[in-house]
This record gives sequence, structure tokens and C-alpha cells, in this order.
Amino acid sequence: MKKQGGLHIDISAQIGPLLVEVAFGIGNETLVLAGPNGAGKTTLLLLILGALECKKAHIQMGETLVADTALKIHVPTEDRNIGYVPQDYALFPHLSVRENVAFALRCRSSQKKSLEMEAALQNFGLSALADKKPHMLSGGEKQRVALARALSLKPHALLLDEPLSALDIRSRKSTREFLLGTLKNLSVPSIVVTHDALEARLLGQRIAVMESGKITQMGTWEELAKNPQSTFVEELVGANKNLREG
Amino acid sequence: MRLKFENFTLRAVGFLLAAFLVFPVLALFVASAPRELLLGLQHPLVWPALRLSLLTTTTTTLVVVFLGTPLAWSLAQSKRKGIQFIETLLQLPLVIPPSVAGIAMLLAFGNRGLLSALLHPAGNSLAFTTTAVIMAQVFVSAPLFIQSASSAFRRIDAKLVVVAQTFGALPWSVFFRVALPLALPGLAAGAAVSWSRALGEFGATLMFAGNLEGKTQTLPLAIYTAFTSDIRAAQAISIILVLVAFALLLLMRVFMKKAERKFDGMP
Repeated sequence: MKKQGGLHIDISAQIGPLLVEVAFGIGNETLVLAGPNGAGKTTLLLLILGALECKKAHIQMGETLVADTALKIHVPTEDRNIGYVPQDYALFPHLSVRENVAFALRCRSSQKKSLEMEAALQNFGLSALADKKPHMLSGGEKQRVALARALSLKPHALLLDEPLSALDIRSRKSTREFLLGTLKNLSVPSIVVTHDALEARLLGQRIAVMESGKITQMGTWEELAKNPQSTFVEELVGANKNLREG
Repeated sequence: MRLKFENFTLRAVGFLLAAFLVFPVLALFVASAPRELLLGLQHPLVWPALRLSLLTTTTTTLVVVFLGTPLAWSLAQSKRKGIQFIETLLQLPLVIPPSVAGIAMLLAFGNRGLLSALLHPAGNSLAFTTTAVIMAQVFVSAPLFIQSASSAFRRIDAKLVVVAQTFGALPWSVFFRVALPLALPGLAAGAAVSWSRALGEFGATLMFAGNLEGKTQTLPLAIYTAFTSDIRAAQAISIILVLVAFALLLLMRVFMKKAERKFDGMP
């Protein structure tokens, strides 16, 4: 069942030397945010979360306005209910898998939390790993825990920062397929940061290219391939073509 | 051959300093016969001073940890411009001479100090009491704890805090459920170093709390008193201080290793 939702962002922020100025909207779909290192992709995710301060912001999530500098509205990170999985997953190292997932559920008073937690562990194939600490897990397992934890609260949007970059080549393919399946079943706006061409093409229904703090091109993979508007996009679509031909 | 020679030279230079640091401590233990030291331990100053030192330093450490932990967390979290200045100000007691610390304590909390009307309206001074000993110890030892604890909090991956916030964790929850357990090794290390510093505190205590047997005379002050009359007693008390300090430092290292293993997943 599709939720009425979507995420509309209009942000301007000066973070150190980088001026981030972006405005775009997405429906209940997966948008891949691609761009070179230092383009401001991670910074943009933190701005959407409310973890960094914006000079100007208008962020609408479904029917909720979570930030509007003109109206002096700033919903704190704690109340935005956005799922976030950072690049290295940021699992709490002192907590077991079960406790990591329970952490999220315990923060919001949920009456069925133990049931929900067991369901989350089961859905992500983590029941057997429930008592293990993060350092005992493989990269792919850590990613599943981070996803289970982020999705356990049924967030209104999902932000994934380079979800596959910490994995070795062997586990990358299986984890990518798992992630693809998870994203397909979600009905919330999701933003996935990557600079890998294959991941961008497979995971995103649309791709936004970010360079030097700005969105320089946005569209489907085919649209980008047909009319690349920067060297980065040319290389991105070219790299993918080579991958497929190779 | 050259590799060996260069390694040997580096070690030899390092050994010089190591020997300089260890030799005086060793001298404390070997300069007198064990029988003499046992006689020194029977000096009437020893046990009251030991009891008072343990009581005051334990209280001091509890106060420092209880108040210093939230302070260190606030400092580590703050992104304000003046934070460097505030941290420098808080570290001052570490570098000012102990006598200056003593005068400063007297001028702030003493009989005619700035807070005298507030602290002792009935005219009962805090100075020259056991409370004054604890205050002097807190003044000189808290900066060490704050330094160690704020570094430990700063080492926590900022992403963990953001992730916790995305789950709706409020500041207390982030502090108690994420920051505190992760910073525990640093806090324990800070507490041990701070405890050792409190145990060795001399100058500020002498000036602010005096040297009253059983009331304000801690182990370092007892050494100072015994030094003029019975060197064996001074030596025996010094040995006790060295042993307690060494045990504290050893405990700190063992605890830190255990905690690091716990989080890093080392076998």
C-alpha cells in the first residue's frame, strides 16, 4: 500500500568552505545521490536530518513541515522520524544486535516493542545473530542490522550513505540484492548516496548528481546516459557501460 | 649491524630518562632497613594521616566524577567559539603554583573570602577543616579528570550521536545510553589520575586547610611534619603513598585495557 508522502527539500547552507544549495522533490521512490568526493552528499543528508544548521531551509515530509526558516519552524532531529544509515553503519559497539534494534524502539514509547523487535530481527534474518556484538559481524550482517534498526520505527523517509562501500566485493553483490529488495518494498522516500555507477543504476529510480554543493543534473539513468551534462556524469554513465560490456 | 646499533642508541638514550625517573622511587624502598621502616610506620602521625587521606581523596574523587562528567560532556559537545577559552580557564589549576592555589582558595572561600557571607554566615570558617582539605583536592585534581573525560567524549564517533537522535533519543538518553558507556575507559582513567593527584596534594591544602593532626593532616602533610623529627617515619609514609599511587595507576591501566577490548572486539 502506498502512503501519501514525498520529500521536498529547498536548502541553502554554508558548511565550512562548501556552500550547499539544493532544491528538489521526490515521491515514495528511491533517489540515488551521486557525485564526486567532497560534493556535499553526506552534508546534505545531515542537513535533511537537522543535524547541521541551514541558512535557509524548507523541508516538507508528506504533509509535515519539518523545517522552514522563514516561518521559524525547526523540528529537531529527534522528532523528524527519518531513518538514517551512515557510511560505516554506526552500530552502537557496546550493544548486541538485539539491543541495537531495541534502542530505536525504546526511544519511542511503543507498547508492542518486544514483538516489533523480534519481527524486525526475523525480517532481516538476524534472529541467529541477536546476541552478538557488532564487532563479531561481517560487513553485510552489520548493514542488515543498521537497516533493521533504521526501519524498525517505520520512518517517514530513509537516508542511506554509501550503504555498500564498506563491503568486500564478495558480499557486495548479495547485500546489494538484499538492499534492492528492501527498498522496493518500502513506500517512503529514500535517498541513497553512492558514487558507484552500477549501484546508482540498480538502486535508484532516479539519480541526482551533486557537484560542489549543487544538484547539476537529475533524471532516470537513461536520461542521464542520453544527455550527460558534466564530465562526472559522462564518466558515471561511461563507467557503467564499460562494466556491462566488460 | 647498523640497524642494531641505531636501535641500541635510541633505547640507551630513552633508558637514561627511565632510570632517572625510577631511581629515586627505588631509593625510597632500599635506603633504610625493613626493620627501620616498620618502626617508622609505628609513628603516631602515620595512621590518622592515612585514614584522613583515604577518606578525603575518596570523597574528592566521587565529587569530581559526579560533577565533572556532565561538565566534560557539555564541553565536548559544545561548538561555541569561546569554548577554547573556557577549557583553558578550567585547566589553570593544573599549572598555577600550589601556593597560588592556596591563596586563591582562601580569598574565595576563606574567613574573609568573597563568599564568606554566603558560606559561613555564623562566622564558622570553612578554612582549616576537613571540608577545606576536600575542596583543595577538588580544585587541583578536577582539571585532570575533566581533561581526560572530555577527550574520551570527543573520541566518540559523532555519527553515533546523530543516529541515536534519529531514533528520538533525547539528550539524557544519548548521554546515559551512548556517551557514558563508550567513554567509560577514559572516565576511569581520568578518575584514577585525579585520585592520585588528590592523594599527593600538598601546597593548597597546607595554605587553605592547615596541618592539623587528625583533621587536615593528610599523608603528604604528615611527611612534611615527620621530616623534621623522624626521617624513618617520613620515609615509611612516602612508601605508603608510592604504593597506593602505583596501585591506582596499575588499576587504571588494567581497567582501560579491559574496556578497550570490550569495545574493539580484540580477543
